[in-house]
Amino acid sequence: MKPANAVKKRKQINGNTLLLLITIVLFFVLYAGGCLVYGGKGFTNLQTFLNILISNAGLICVACGMTCVMLTGGIDISVGSLVALDCMLLAYGMGEWHMSAPVMCLIVLVVGLIFGLVQGYCVGYLEIQPFIVSMAGMFFARGMTAVISTAQLSITKETNAAFYGWANWRLNLPFGGVPNRKGVLIMPYIRVGVIIALLVLVVIFLVLRYTKFGRSLYAVGGSEQSAAMMGLNVKKTKLKAYVLSSFLCSIGGICYCLNTQAASVSQATGMEMDAIASAVIGGTLLTGGVGNVIGTLFGVLINGTIASIVQFNGKLASSWPNILTAALLCFFIVLQSVFAFLKEKKK
Amino acid sequence: MTKKKLTQNPLFLPLVCVVLVLAVNVVYDIAQGNAFYDFFRITMQASASGEQLLSGRLVTILNRGSEVAILAIGMTLVVSASAGTDISVGSVMSLCASFCCMLGAGFGVSAVNDPSEFAMPLIVGLIGALVMGCVCGAFNGALVAYLNIQPMVATLILWSAARAIGLLLCNNLIVYVRVPQYQVFGGYIGFMPTPIIIAAICIVVVSLVLKHTAMGMYIQSVGINKKASRIAGLNSKRIIFMCYLLCGLCAGIAGIVNSSRISSADANNIGLNMELDAILAVALGGNSLGGGKFNLAGSIIGAYTIQAITTTMYNLGVSSAVAPVFKAVVVIVIVVIQAPPVKAWVRKHAASRSTGKEAAHA
Repeated sequence: MKPANAVKKRKQINGNTLLLLITIVLFFVLYAGGCLVYGGKGFTNLQTFLNILISNAGLICVACGMTCVMLTGGIDISVGSLVALDCMLLAYGMGEWHMSAPVMCLIVLVVGLIFGLVQGYCVGYLEIQPFIVSMAGMFFARGMTAVISTAQLSITKETNAAFYGWANWRLNLPFGGVPNRKGVLIMPYIRVGVIIALLVLVVIFLVLRYTKFGRSLYAVGGSEQSAAMMGLNVKKTKLKAYVLSSFLCSIGGICYCLNTQAASVSQATGMEMDAIASAVIGGTLLTGGVGNVIGTLFGVLINGTIASIVQFNGKLASSWPNILTAALLCFFIVLQSVFAFLKEKKK
Repeated sequence: MTKKKLTQNPLFLPLVCVVLVLAVNVVYDIAQGNAFYDFFRITMQASASGEQLLSGRLVTILNRGSEVAILAIGMTLVVSASAGTDISVGSVMSLCASFCCMLGAGFGVSAVNDPSEFAMPLIVGLIGALVMGCVCGAFNGALVAYLNIQPMVATLILWSAARAIGLLLCNNLIVYVRVPQYQVFGGYIGFMPTPIIIAAICIVVVSLVLKHTAMGMYIQSVGINKKASRIAGLNSKRIIFMCYLLCGLCAGIAGIVNSSRISSADANNIGLNMELDAILAVALGGNSLGGGKFNLAGSIIGAYTIQAITTTMYNLGVSSAVAPVFKAVVVIVIVVIQAPPVKAWVRKHAASRSTGKEAAHA
């Protein structure tokens, strides 16, 4: 193949970048639509956008982990339950065992690591279908949450002042202020969870792009056999992917808890769906090997935009975001399948 | 030699589980100071309205296990044909139940206490629910068979959406249909609990179809090798599609039974975690979750075993929120036993033990 030809080929838009483009355009269209319809209610404020980030900080972490697992061609539907377990551990640990906030956070992260190790071992070394493993994990984590407590717990200043302080800490941005009714300029702000989530996003982006581990995730997802022939340890890579997913999920759980400051058995139900949908909408292929976390971020933002549009409307039933996300997921899955079909045909 | 043959029987695993559960119950009875046969006692008891009804713990298990058994029929076929599971069945149950009640009660109504208040005849609601089940199944089937999407991901869409749509239909309310004609599906015909009859009819019909037509063989061959069956002249895609359609229909029937049992459409709770039970039933029945050969009888036994486990757990005072922990552990143990590396390890171990040290080199 001539070099000139190769350059030309790189410039062509293939199906995968097209998917990502569609996602980004969709996000801007949705957001612009929201601004047009609910502009009067304050949708155009920068804070609305930041609120999407604040309320979805946990989801960003979880979706990053999900992307890593999906790159290997697997899936992890235990994340929502694991987030619930994390929140319950945090709330119960600080409320009933009177542990300090950093210790509880550490415990939560360790729980995530162990959870990921077990799941990763089952998937990587015992060759069980990821879906079955993580479904068992999902029910296990949800059940364990109920074992700890079936009550609705909330984290207040009395439970743990440190954690409460973290949760209510805000970083005012130096720009984009809006005057309120009294004429005082209110600066837009972000919370600690957003900073953690964005840090996670950047780290995972760099890991996926520049480290050996990141590249081997793509290789395993692209073709397990070729990866094995290239000398990659497929089993170990899969194990690491699941450990990473559960670990990020625990970080996400802490972010989620910082945002909600509460814990209950039914918390974060359907979060796995949101995470998978975000990754898929962001261009991660379900078959593995293609995708990155930037797309996932846009997937999360689309999710958040839908939720806040429903919230701004105020009249729509609470199940609409679920239905719309599922519909979007369906649309993108079908698109992926069509692209795969076209690619096959070209060959 | 005979021992080995016994363990290789497809029904070995489910039957062992049944015996285990029964043993736990008998031990529990003895510990409680009851007669050891209390568990198996079936009596006729007069209900509040004076009718003679079958009662006993075994009857309760058979009765309550009907939904799982009905779901397990569809799930077995889906697992066999497509090597994947349909995780939307629980949500589809909820959607069908909501649809049935809403068609009958009229949209926006939250309670029906008399047949005259029905917006539409009950039969329309029932047929509507079954059609809805078929539509959901067809949706899943189309995604899996014609668009080549992994079964679990394809069914994930409805897993999330179906329950949400059900909630939407009910306006987030629990819709009560306290009408005897509707309650009969979850209640009693004469002295027999109706769900048992419905489950039995479903099982008999499906097993007759599988036995007297080539359908069962077709499904297995598609599951074993999709491409080879297509080349051999089978319409692989249509067979997979049919399996999902049937699974949806089963979910519809199960949804009606479940909602009739509680005489309401509780979209949040009908069929909750039911997909786990159904998959567990298939796995317990000795079917490989990797597709191919299936054993319907095993799945059915598996379904009732799970109900027995659930009932036993409730008897032992485990709360319903905690029960999933045990079920998840059981699932993992079963799939680990079935996992290829574990099987290979066991085989190697058995071989080296039987032929002595010389064989260890080979």
